[in-house]
Amino acid sequence: MTAKDGFIGKYTQRVEDFRLLTGTARFADDIHLDGMLHAVIFRSTIPHGKIKSIDTTEAKAMRGVHAVFTGEDVAKELNGKVPKMPLRLSPIPEHAPFEQTVIATDKVRYVGEPLAIVIADTTALAEDAAALIYADIEPLPVVPDWRVSARNEILLFESVGTNVPVTYTAQKGDARSVVGAYVRREKFSTQRHSAVTMETRGLVATWDEGSGRMTVFGAAKVPFSTRRTLAATLNLPVESIDMIEVDVGGGFGVRGEFYPEDFLVPFSSRRLGRPVKWVEDRLENLLGSNHSRQMECELEIVCERNGRILALRGEVRTDSGAYMRSSGAVPPRNVAQFMSGPYDIANIHIESTAYLTNKGPVGTYRGPGRFEADFFRERLIEIAASELGIDPVEFRRMNLVRSEQMPYSLATLDKPHKPEELDSGDYQITLDRCLKEFGWSEKRSLQGRLIDGKYNGIAVGCFIEGGGGGIKENARIEIEEDGQITVYVGSTSLGQGLLTILTQIAADSLEVPMERIRIRHGSTTYMKEGFGSFHSRSTALGGSAVLTTAATLKDKIREAAATRFKCAASDVQIAPGLTASFGAEILTASDLGKMKVQAEGQFSSHHHTYAYGAAAAHVTVDPGTGKVELIDYFGVEDIGRIINPLTAKGQSIGGVVQGLGGVFLEDLAYDENGQFLAGTFADYLMPTASDFPQIRAIELENSPSPHNPLGAKGCGEGGIVPVGGVVANAVAGALSSLQIQPDVLPLSPSRIWEMIRARSME
Amino acid sequence: MNVTFALNGDNVEVDVPARTTLSDCLRHHLMKTGTHVACEHGVCGACTVIVDGDAVRSCLMLAVQADGSEVTTVEGLTPDQGLSALQASFHKHHALQCGFCTPGFLTTAHALLTDEPDASKERIREVLSGNLCRCTGYINIIDAVYDARSAYARPADGGTGVQS
Repeated sequence: MTAKDGFIGKYTQRVEDFRLLTGTARFADDIHLDGMLHAVIFRSTIPHGKIKSIDTTEAKAMRGVHAVFTGEDVAKELNGKVPKMPLRLSPIPEHAPFEQTVIATDKVRYVGEPLAIVIADTTALAEDAAALIYADIEPLPVVPDWRVSARNEILLFESVGTNVPVTYTAQKGDARSVVGAYVRREKFSTQRHSAVTMETRGLVATWDEGSGRMTVFGAAKVPFSTRRTLAATLNLPVESIDMIEVDVGGGFGVRGEFYPEDFLVPFSSRRLGRPVKWVEDRLENLLGSNHSRQMECELEIVCERNGRILALRGEVRTDSGAYMRSSGAVPPRNVAQFMSGPYDIANIHIESTAYLTNKGPVGTYRGPGRFEADFFRERLIEIAASELGIDPVEFRRMNLVRSEQMPYSLATLDKPHKPEELDSGDYQITLDRCLKEFGWSEKRSLQGRLIDGKYNGIAVGCFIEGGGGGIKENARIEIEEDGQITVYVGSTSLGQGLLTILTQIAADSLEVPMERIRIRHGSTTYMKEGFGSFHSRSTALGGSAVLTTAATLKDKIREAAATRFKCAASDVQIAPGLTASFGAEILTASDLGKMKVQAEGQFSSHHHTYAYGAAAAHVTVDPGTGKVELIDYFGVEDIGRIINPLTAKGQSIGGVVQGLGGVFLEDLAYDENGQFLAGTFADYLMPTASDFPQIRAIELENSPSPHNPLGAKGCGEGGIVPVGGVVANAVAGALSSLQIQPDVLPLSPSRIWEMIRARSME
Repeated sequence: MNVTFALNGDNVEVDVPARTTLSDCLRHHLMKTGTHVACEHGVCGACTVIVDGDAVRSCLMLAVQADGSEVTTVEGLTPDQGLSALQASFHKHHALQCGFCTPGFLTTAHALLTDEPDASKERIREVLSGNLCRCTGYINIIDAVYDARSAYARPADGGTGVQS
C-alpha cells in the first residue's frame, strides 16, 4: 500500500502483531532488573473486622525476606497518615469519606484487602513468609448486599454514619407526573462480574536514591493520572516519577486504575533502595481488581396504547463493594444517564444509588452502566410490546430518536450537573440493516416454537455507545535524522490496536508509508501531559491529536524550509514522502530531521461521540436442562468514520463474546457471609472457543461524529452493550408459551431450568 | 536441582529449586518470556508449551519433570526470519489483540495440526476450547488455525509433514 491510496479506512493488518506472535513482547512480568526483589501481598480473609494486631515477626525472621510493611509502617513513613486513593472519574465531595486507603489500618472491609506487603528474594519465599503472618482481626457483622447496606445498621464507616455514598438523579421533563394508558413496572438485576484480563496486573518499581527518581514499569490506561496520585501519596514531586508503559495484556476499563499495589510496590522500593516486582496472581485478580455490574433495578415505563413511550422512571441500586475506588462512581452514574439509550423519551426520572457492601470495590468495566441499562430497558420494552400486542420491532422503531432530532438531549445528571447530547445518526438504518442481515423475516416464524425438543427464540434490540470522553489528548511528531518519523502520544495501548490506528492516521496525513512511522505511547517520559485510553477515546481524541499535530508539522516544515530556501513559507511545496521543495531546491525528510523539525499539538473536545446500532439473536432453550444455545448473533453498529475495518470488527466481535460471558457464565459470587466463591477459572467461567461460534457483525460509517476532524466515534464498547437485553429477550421469546421472563442475569442453565420447573409445577 | 532438557533444539542445563514449575523455569531462569502465565492452575492454557510432542500446561508441570525431554516454546516455533505459516495466519486473520494468550494458542494449535493436519473447524474449536482469550471472541483464531492447515499437510508418501 502506498500513501497515495490513503490508509484511513483501509483493511490494514496490525503493526503490533509481530512481537506478540514471536514471544518477543515485553509484559510487566517479563522485566528483570539487577538486584530485583519480589513482593507478595498479605490479604484479609475476613470480610469485615477490626484489626487488633498484625504479627509479622516470624515472617521478617525468615531467610530471604527483606521486609514486611503494614499500615503502621506506611503511617510511620508518611507523618502518621496512610494515604487514600482518590476518584479519578466524576469525583464529587460525597465520595471522599469512602475512599480506600492504600493499605488497611483500623478495619478490613472485604476479603482480599491488603494488610501487609512482604518483600523477599523470590516470589515463592515471599509467599512462604506471608503464610507466617498472623493478623488478629475481630470479625464484625457483614453487609452482604445492598438491602442490608441500606438499613445502615451495620456500618462500613462508623464515623460517617451511612453506607450510602451517593444517589444520582437523571432527569428530563416531568416523568413522575406523567400518566398514560399503559404503565408497567418490573424488577431486573445483573450479577457481579468484570473484565478479568488475561494478563493479571503487574508492576516493577525502582527507586534511585541518588537522583531521587522513581521509575514504575507496568503503567497502563492512565499513566499520567496514576503518576499524580503516586506523587501525592508518596510525597514526591510529580516530575520525579516516570511511569513506563510496557505491553499490556488487556484493559477493558479495569487495568491501569490506581490500586493499593500501585502505592505499596513503589513505597517498598523506596524503603529498600532496590527494584521490587509484584505480579498479581489469578486469585488476587478475581478478588481485588475492580468488580462491576452488580445492580438491581425497578423500572417503570409509561406508554400510549399505540406503544409510544411517554416516560421512563425508576430506581437502580448498585452494590458498590467496600470502597469508592478511582472509577467507582461511573457505573451508577452511567446507568442513570443512559437508561433511555437510543429512544426518544420526553420524560425521564432515574434515581441511582451506590451502596457499600463487604465485597470487592467496583469500577468501570467495558460499557459501564450501559450494559446494565440496556438489559433493564430492552427487557421492559419487550414486555411492554408483548403486553400491548405490538410487534417488538415496530415498537422500537416508532420510539427511536430520529435523525432530524440530532443533536438530541438525554436526561441530565445532577451530580455533577451534566447535560448530554447524542451527536449524530440515523438509528432506523442500523435497525433495518440488522434485521436484513440477521434474516429476521425468515426467522420470525421460529419464535416460541419447539423443534427437536428445544424452544426457539429471536429478539432484536437497539443501543448507543458513548465514546470520546476525557476532553483532550496530546501528540508530538519528530522527524528523525534518517527520515523516519516518530509520533509521541498520550494515548495508551491496552491491546486494542492503537499503534496501527495511529500509524494509519499519521502516514495518511504526512503522506509517507506506514513503515516510516513509529508510535511511542503511554509512558510519562514521552510527553509533558497525556490522558490515556478509556471511554473509547483513543481513536476519536488520540487520533485527532495526531491528525492535528501532523498539520502543524507541515506548517513547521514550510517555515523551516522557507528559512533555508529564503522564500515565503507558502511557496514551499511538500511532496509525498515528506520532502520540502522550492523550485529546484529540495530538503528530504532526512534533511528536515537533521534540522530538528518537530511539532506539538493537542486536540480537545467537550462533546462525547455516540456510535449506535442494533443487534439480533437467535437462541434455543433445552427445557430438560435449561441450557441456552446461541444459534446466531448479528450486530450492526455505525461507528462514524472507520479508520481500520479489521480492528473495528475485532472490537465488535470481542465485545459481543465478553458480553455473552456476562449473560451466561460469569459471576463473582459471594456467600451471605461475605466470603468469595469465585477464586479460580474453574469457578469463574469465561467464554471458550466452543461456546459461541456464530457471531457476526457489520460496522457502518454513515454518520461521522461532528465533534472531531476524523469524524470517528469510539467503538470499543458497542459490542458488549446490547448483549444482555437482546439475548434475554430471545430467551423470553423462546419460552413465551411458558410465560417465563428472564429478568435476572446470569442466564445459567440452573436458573432457566428452575424457572421452567416452577411454571410446570403451577 | 539440576535439570537438563532440550529447549527449542538447544540443550539447556539449569539449577532450580525442586518446587519450580516449568513455566517459572522457562520464564525466570532461562529468560524465555514468550511463554505466559495467566492462571497458574491449568485452566487458561496461556502457558502451554510442547513437551515431547504434546501440548502441556507448563504451570502444572515441575521443571524437574521435564528432565531429558524436548521442550518447544513460542520462541521455538518462530523462524529465524519473519513468521511461521501459523503465526502469519494469526496476523492475517486478526486472531490476536492484546496478544497475551497468543503464545499458548500457537503452541496448542501447532501441536494439534502436527498430529492432525486435516483437523476440521469443529475439531479445532474443541481443542482450542482449553485456551482462554479475552479479547478476540475466538472466531478469528479458529479461522487462522484452519487456514494454516496446508502448512502442516503430510507429504503423499505418508512421512512427517514439514512445518513452515
